[in-house]
Amino acid sequence: MTDVFTAQHVIEYPGGYTRSVGPVIGRFLTGLRDGRILAVRLADGRVLVPPTEYDPATSAAVAADGDHWVEVGPRGTVQSFTWVSQPRKGKHSLDKPFAFALIRPDGADTAMLHVVDCGSADAIRVGSRVAPKWRAERTGSITDIEAWLPLGDGEEPEPAALHVPADDEQPVTGITVPIRLEYTLTAGIATTRYLKGLGEGKIIGGRSPSSDDVYAASRGTDPKSGEATSVEVEVRDTGVITTFCVVNVPGLSELAPEIPYVSAQILLDGANNTFFGLIRGVAVDDVHMGQRVKAHWADELKPDHTSIQWFEPTGEPDADYEIYKDYL
Amino acid sequence: MRDVAVVSFAYSNVARDASHNETEMIVPVLHEAVAQSGIAHDEIGFVCSGSLDYLQGGPFAFVAGLDAVGAWPPVRESHVEMDAAWALYEAWVAIQTGEVDSALVYGFGKSSPGDLHEIMALQLDPYYVLPQWPSMVDMAALQACAFLDADGATEKDLAEVAARSQRNAQENPNALRKGNVSADDVLKQPVTHHPLRDADIFPITDGSAAVVIAAGDLARKVSKRPAWIRGIEHRIEGHGLGVRDLTQSESTRAAGAAAGVANGKVDVAELHAQFSHEELILAEALGLDATKTSINPSGGPLAANAVMSAGLVRIGEVARRITNGAADRGVAHATSGPCLQHNLVCVLEGE
Repeated sequence: MTDVFTAQHVIEYPGGYTRSVGPVIGRFLTGLRDGRILAVRLADGRVLVPPTEYDPATSAAVAADGDHWVEVGPRGTVQSFTWVSQPRKGKHSLDKPFAFALIRPDGADTAMLHVVDCGSADAIRVGSRVAPKWRAERTGSITDIEAWLPLGDGEEPEPAALHVPADDEQPVTGITVPIRLEYTLTAGIATTRYLKGLGEGKIIGGRSPSSDDVYAASRGTDPKSGEATSVEVEVRDTGVITTFCVVNVPGLSELAPEIPYVSAQILLDGANNTFFGLIRGVAVDDVHMGQRVKAHWADELKPDHTSIQWFEPTGEPDADYEIYKDYL
Repeated sequence: MRDVAVVSFAYSNVARDASHNETEMIVPVLHEAVAQSGIAHDEIGFVCSGSLDYLQGGPFAFVAGLDAVGAWPPVRESHVEMDAAWALYEAWVAIQTGEVDSALVYGFGKSSPGDLHEIMALQLDPYYVLPQWPSMVDMAALQACAFLDADGATEKDLAEVAARSQRNAQENPNALRKGNVSADDVLKQPVTHHPLRDADIFPITDGSAAVVIAAGDLARKVSKRPAWIRGIEHRIEGHGLGVRDLTQSESTRAAGAAAGVANGKVDVAELHAQFSHEELILAEALGLDATKTSINPSGGPLAANAVMSAGLVRIGEVARRITNGAADRGVAHATSGPCLQHNLVCVLEGE
């Protein structure tokens, strides 16, 4: 089947994902804001950079204050590297090819992952000497170092531009990291058939091979047995309200009507599962379990959920509890 | 300890499954494993799955897998947000409790809908590393560089691993990258992520896998030659890359020792090496001798690597060879986290 629907999907945290960093990482990040690389000396004498809240070997706590805090670098040595020929827009700090490297600052016993801006893959090797290129405007982030630059013999690192603190400046307590992921999702065969049905004014389900149950808007299986539903069946656009909710919270979706409104589970005639829909055309207080309803279709049908705008009462007598008691 | 064995295994891989949603992708594989097991679907005592919601970009996306299991009447079920090899570990523990005698374990994931290499950055240190967005391949390449620098191994050694993988994969219908290629052929390719070439990096794969495990007499009843789990252990290292020794895998060494890898010959090993250099690091940590052990005869993850099921596939591939008599004893390995951070080792044996 080649004409399966796909959809573009994005996960994004507007404004970025905000994290509290705690006092140890906060002190390191405050150091970066000041243009310094801070590290901690562990109980065994090793100097750890970037610092963590615990000794990675013993998990003993690392105090946020004390004379075990030392400054390392700014010179460093490349321990390992790889070349990024195609930077990722909106993610990588450089918009030209660069190296990711594990860099051990002088005076430290561990390495930190960072960016090396060296022009070409041939200009870096294990053992290369590098030094940070500091951003002029620093916020207390690992990216306050824009990149590390190759450092020739006898060459002095470029000092960080002086950070002039605001009068009310506080130590760094948090970071915000933009996160955006993009997807092309596949609806699959059963869901595509269902969506196409909506565009034709039909509700399409599938029949279970063993029980004859029909599942409308399913993912292509009988969820009780896990078997693939093999036969496409049209169910009716009328049914019974099994349970419902009066919504008093505004703005839950673009499609939501003004509050208060009712959303409900509806057992469609010919189906063995319930279907989600809005209930309109009736006073909120008059909606009840067992009420018979019918879909109100949009004037313009499309192969998506906008085709059924809501369900409204048919005026038929209520269904017997026996009919829907297994669907609550 | 109760004796527990793998009694059935099925899996499926494609480069990009644009036709099926995840539930539809799982159904045939899961039902094939159950049918092969000889245990009725409704008599299986426990169900455990492994998947990654970020692959679908939706919270609780793993729940869709239950539509393929069939969960009415309600079933005992659990899920790990890890490769399904860890789901098998949980199922093995469940059987050890004596509460159940059998379990269905499945893993699934489509790597093609999003940018897998980028998604995997979300598992990294959120303060120091994630803001710089190194990809899954960048991280592996840093380990490869450190390994080659320290070990004396060369890009030719990596190419030998990549080429053998493709040759072995020729007989595997579930392998995506296969061919009668030599290390020299691989070395003619450009280096894309220093020091790695495309052939050193697993191919993007959509797929699923399912295994049924059973205890003692039940396993003997349903399988002519159950693949007994003689040891299953996992160990993890810290996440700080600059703190770890990337040139070897201490967690694999420890898990392998605890699982008893060295307590007998190893006819076959399936290693979850998603990059060429990882196979060399893992083989060393497990004490495997390539002249005595067939390593990744399926082609391994360099031939197909459906994230979240590929580790379980390693266990299945070893179990299958024991059950069909091709091997008597084997080792399966699964990994999780960047640069082989977390490793599971399973020793399987026939009677």
